[in-house]
Amino acid sequence: MSDALLVLEDGTAFAGDALGARVRAHGEVVFTTAMTGYQEALTDPSFAGQVLVMTYPLQGNYGINRDDIESRRIQARAFVVREDCDTPSHWRSSGTLDAYLRENDIPGIAGIDTRALTRTLRTAGVMMGTLTHDETAEQALGRLRDLPAYGATDFVPWVSAREAYGYADDGASAAGGRHIVVLDLGVKYNILRVLHRLGCRVTAVPCHTSAEEVLALAPDGVLLSPGPGDPALLDYAMQAARGLVGKTPLMGICLGHQLLGEVFGARTYKLKFGHRGANHPVRDEATGRVYVTAQNHGYAVDDAGLDADVVVSHRNVNDGTVEGLTHRREAVMTIQYHAEASPGPLDSMYLFERFLAMVGEAAPTTAASGRRA
Amino acid sequence: MNKPDKVLIIGSGPIVIGQAAEFDYAGTQACKAMREEGVTSVLVNSNPATIMTDEGVADVVYIEPITVEVITRIIERERPDAILPTLGGQTGLNMAVALHDAGVLEKHNVRLLGTPLEAIRKAEDRELFRTMLEEIGEPVPLSMIVTDEASARAALDRIGLPAVVRPAYTLGGTGGGIAHSLDEYARIVEGGLRASPITQVLVEQSLLGWKEVEYEVMRDAVGNVITVCNMENFDAMGVHTGDSIVVAPSQTLSDKEYQMLRSASLNIISALGIEGGCNVQLALAPNPETTPWAVEPGRVLPPYYVIEVNPRVSRSSALASKATGYPIARVASKIAVGRTLDEIPNAVTRKTTAAFEPALDYVVVKIPRWPFDKFPFGDRALGTQMKATGEVMAVDRTFEGALQKAVRSLEIGGRSLLWEDPAWKEGHDERPLHPTDERLWSIMAAVRRGADLTALSRQTGVDLWFLHKLDNIVSMEKRLLAEPLTPALLRRAKRLGFSDVQIGTLADRLPEQVRGLREQWGIRPVYKMVDTCAAEFDAATPYFYSSYEQENEALPEPGKKALVIGSGPIRIGQGIEFDYCSVHAAWALGRAGYRSIMANSNPETVSTDFDTSDRLYFEPLDEESVRDILENEAGGGEDADAELPASIVQFGGQTAINLASALHAAGAPIIGSSSETIDLAEDRRRFEAFLGELGIPQPPGAAVLQVEDAITTAATLGYPVLVRPSYVLGGRAMEIVQNPTELARFVQQAAEVSRGKPILIDKYLEGKEVEVDAICDGERVLIPGIMEHIERAGVHSGDSMAVYPGVHLTAAEVDVIVDYTTRIGLALDVRGLMNVQYVIMPPESAAGATSVYVIEVNPRGSRTVPFLSKVTGVPMVRAAVHIMLGQSLREQGYEGGLWPRQPLVAVKAPVFSMSKLIGVDTYLGPEMKSTGEVMGIDATFPAALAKALLSADLALAPGGGVLLSVADQHKTSLLPMIHHLHDAGFRLYATEGTAGMIGALGLPVTQVTKRLQGHPNVLDVIQDGSVTCVINTPEGRYTGTLRDGFYIRRAATEKRIPCFTSIDTARAAVDALVAAMTHRGAGPAYQVRPLAEYRDGGA
Repeated sequence: MSDALLVLEDGTAFAGDALGARVRAHGEVVFTTAMTGYQEALTDPSFAGQVLVMTYPLQGNYGINRDDIESRRIQARAFVVREDCDTPSHWRSSGTLDAYLRENDIPGIAGIDTRALTRTLRTAGVMMGTLTHDETAEQALGRLRDLPAYGATDFVPWVSAREAYGYADDGASAAGGRHIVVLDLGVKYNILRVLHRLGCRVTAVPCHTSAEEVLALAPDGVLLSPGPGDPALLDYAMQAARGLVGKTPLMGICLGHQLLGEVFGARTYKLKFGHRGANHPVRDEATGRVYVTAQNHGYAVDDAGLDADVVVSHRNVNDGTVEGLTHRREAVMTIQYHAEASPGPLDSMYLFERFLAMVGEAAPTTAASGRRA
Repeated sequence: MNKPDKVLIIGSGPIVIGQAAEFDYAGTQACKAMREEGVTSVLVNSNPATIMTDEGVADVVYIEPITVEVITRIIERERPDAILPTLGGQTGLNMAVALHDAGVLEKHNVRLLGTPLEAIRKAEDRELFRTMLEEIGEPVPLSMIVTDEASARAALDRIGLPAVVRPAYTLGGTGGGIAHSLDEYARIVEGGLRASPITQVLVEQSLLGWKEVEYEVMRDAVGNVITVCNMENFDAMGVHTGDSIVVAPSQTLSDKEYQMLRSASLNIISALGIEGGCNVQLALAPNPETTPWAVEPGRVLPPYYVIEVNPRVSRSSALASKATGYPIARVASKIAVGRTLDEIPNAVTRKTTAAFEPALDYVVVKIPRWPFDKFPFGDRALGTQMKATGEVMAVDRTFEGALQKAVRSLEIGGRSLLWEDPAWKEGHDERPLHPTDERLWSIMAAVRRGADLTALSRQTGVDLWFLHKLDNIVSMEKRLLAEPLTPALLRRAKRLGFSDVQIGTLADRLPEQVRGLREQWGIRPVYKMVDTCAAEFDAATPYFYSSYEQENEALPEPGKKALVIGSGPIRIGQGIEFDYCSVHAAWALGRAGYRSIMANSNPETVSTDFDTSDRLYFEPLDEESVRDILENEAGGGEDADAELPASIVQFGGQTAINLASALHAAGAPIIGSSSETIDLAEDRRRFEAFLGELGIPQPPGAAVLQVEDAITTAATLGYPVLVRPSYVLGGRAMEIVQNPTELARFVQQAAEVSRGKPILIDKYLEGKEVEVDAICDGERVLIPGIMEHIERAGVHSGDSMAVYPGVHLTAAEVDVIVDYTTRIGLALDVRGLMNVQYVIMPPESAAGATSVYVIEVNPRGSRTVPFLSKVTGVPMVRAAVHIMLGQSLREQGYEGGLWPRQPLVAVKAPVFSMSKLIGVDTYLGPEMKSTGEVMGIDATFPAALAKALLSADLALAPGGGVLLSVADQHKTSLLPMIHHLHDAGFRLYATEGTAGMIGALGLPVTQVTKRLQGHPNVLDVIQDGSVTCVINTPEGRYTGTLRDGFYIRRAATEKRIPCFTSIDTARAAVDALVAAMTHRGAGPAYQVRPLAEYRDGGA
């Protein structure tokens, strides 16, 4: 019955049932503990180059719909589940998970002990893996060894927009609102939706856009988006980030946060198995309040080298890692986690309002009105 | 906020439907939390069968009635600086409000912890609740009170159709309904107004068919909020969540819906300002676009409504705690004394804090346990009134597996999902697809017959996703019927939760053969950990569930160890007492240097708290599961010669004891009384011979297998006779029978229950009933105490009031009882606990002596173990466990014989949940009906009795009205009571015969007619409040439900006034009233003291 094989870099193999497209795929094998939101996760560009494992065993229960997408296609390389549901039930469902994977030419595997797999990744750390249908474990492992490591590849250009675009999901642009330019390093649609809902005019620009080009768009504020991969590979984006500091209010999310951390003198490093899920507690260091956050990152900012002007505004309650930065003199705020949720808790949406408040203070005259949604 | 030094914790009182063992779990966690925080805990609860009332759990324990007066006296004495009411269910919250309203909290400067008073009021008062939700923008369903045609029209305009119409104050909610059309609306409202005694109906927006979803949320004093768990009901809106099959986490909600409802729940707990836990129930539109129940065009419904908020720890939070491993009550308690969520360590991972949301990597299914196996004539329809007494939970990596394990855990006569009512075979329409306790099975039957799933979903409101899962189970049934068993098929069936018994039935094999094939093919369950974090962190919890997966995480516990088999779901006859015993067994093992392993299926209890034992297996308590656990602990079956660890079967009630012979046959060692001892005590035929050899008398009787034998036997014995099956608990299917016709019917019934085991027929002796629990080590028998029942034999011991010590027993009677108990214990070779029930018959002549008969011996821990342990101070379970491990009584410092009589009197009184069970006759008989118990303890019998009656809501206050309607044989006994009641200022109401007798005494009496013979009749005086209590004893024992007596008892129950159906209980209540009246003016009628002080006898 088993017709798919997941082989890890350390030789561990899991035999299961093929799901989605019958093609080989490889990538860094990572797990998320979020119990809902498989469609959002699959389409999250930050999963580019990765084989996504869901720790919740039942996936596909409510099917696939046209709305819950965070980018134009599935971004994960492959999908690993305990059980996929071929009879979904939801009024918004227009198809099954299996069909969706096939349409996107993405393979999956079901029927394996995903908890055992997760425990392996937790213990040994994330590693490369490959999904195959027509090889032995040894053959697959041999092939995997010749493939480039996840950390050696810059996935951002693959997921970023090719050209600048305006965002308005309801067709109406907020003409009077603030103009926010989003540097698209693999942005999730929900960041654009939220900014739009808050009354902003949103322009997303490709990852290679320079600071000068961004500033030429006369933004009221700039958001550096999340995205996949090792931030240390992104010289071009860090240059842009550096050029924007002090010129316009900045918000960095996830990869955007890591880039700004590097601009401010910090090093980034790889976490053993990352933070991926919808339940990570983050403490706001200014207030002591704890927020449950959505997270999806494998790298983190080491605060050791941070400039004296930069303050760690948020920390992870579990492991103390840096979750957010602010600057004493410049209008900059960053967060390592996903205030835009989707999937995940909505508790940190207030940060977008905080950003817009910062934008309002920085440029009190540029906007026609202070309209807020 | 500064931390309090001393906190008073209010318990929830007796176990009743809707308020069960979950509050013992919550209260126990609260006490532990206080200790960890360095706060002194003072606990008050009237329920002795709880772990929380153990000395050593709380710092100071009061087993006293939960009334304003008593708690005020405790506050005056203990001077706590704060009170924590949120762990004691609705009882605790109500008491907090009452204490506040009485000015007690203010007067003594006692701070209210957990939930602000305002929040309690907002959650309780419909209008305040609505206003608050509207203020924070959360949608609430519309409702309006309607009293006439005009207001009916106004309600229709505002609410639209369909609408639910609920008449006010009708018995069992009769006269209401759901109106889908204008005609229907007019008709139902008119009928409802007529049915309501105050001509009032509530018209509510109908949410029938909407998904019902619950969130368990927490908040600390600085405003941090988290969600512990969400849960989705298999049964759509319309069935009480306590009566719903519940799944965690939600299965059919998209992330958008999950987060929308999560945010709403967090908004609500924030708006209420709760510091602790809160439960929010929501209705989610299954399909807002095509809702067939949508209102008129143009009106847009919100995607969800808030239905209910419990501003406290609840049954659902106990379930959520067990489903996730997140200890809600413990965290809530720490928050209440000022901790923030991120300051509280996560006891499961020991690395992270309580400020996070558990991630599940398994499916949890809860199924309620209903009492209809005991009350087949009760109304089985499920609606807004909860009817379940308990629940089971199962965990697996598939929904099908969790569901089927939960069904096995229910312990309804070995019923699996394959079960069908023979009546369903006829036609489709015969199956009850409306909500009942059997609907899961009737839906299965429909799926099995190829019903269209979409139509079935529309008809039942059960989401299609669940029906597809049931269909998966049915497909496997068909494959097992048709295909040869192969390793792949067998493994697939096990993944879907099929038991060896089920597979055997379908594949035509014996269960043992299926097990053999599994062994041969290496198909064994592995055990996965419940770790709160989906394996993200390396957790230290020893909490496991089985699954047919690859990796086993429960490697055998090293060293000396033993398995304690728990008692499963709380049901009538097998209540929280057995959980108390199981918990103590685990603790005793730990004390003796053994690793304790607990197996149980009940999410409400202390025994399934992950830190009660060294290791917890959340599993069904059947042969297959227990043997799997034992084999896993022996090394996972890899080594065929590995020794299975020992099992302890004598604390988990009949559930555990019934496994003894199967475990013995499978070569699993049992410590304590052997399977042979158990069989000898339980098999009536053998036991009769055994007692005969000892020369100990028992009521004449015999064990029979056939109706014919029964009739011959009864004729020899003479009627009335007592009929019962062997091997059951709680007097199931037990009856006192007056004639051969009744006998034939009952033998039939009993035969079904006892499944091939003999049926017992005894001469019925209506004497004084006495009960003892004893501890035996094979050489000595220690009797901690003797309990005398207030009701004469014939009322089930679980439904009787019991008095410690036997205050009315003669020294000679005590000697005989001690002698018999000792000889039985030694001759049976009991190792551990034993319970013996006696009946004492009056002398046949004035000069003669009383005679003592043995009615029953149970070779296991009994219902009275917690009661007796507490009042005597003898740690009975611990002593029994140490005996099992080889330490004699003497080595433990005990001699045999009767333990010194304590300078106190304790009365245990049963508590019933009859107002919740429509159609059930409430009279006391040999079949147990109570759901819980309370204890009154004091220095004297009258004071202890008064407190027991008070806690059981049976206390009489002078100057009420009493309806008397008793059978002829009780009229003489009634005479002195009539005088006492009259003297206490009671107005007397009576039916014809009784009224005649009262009139002849020269006392004023109002004669009432029978039910259908004019006014005022027996029901009128109950319903209009003229009478405040009823004394009604049934004519003959088996009374048809059409008789007046049934209606009188039901009316009194639904009016919630005391209704005495045993003349003995009535006498006790009247005596207590007389004592109180005599005592009046001489200071408080009873003392209020910590439990230990009563035992010390100190002044």
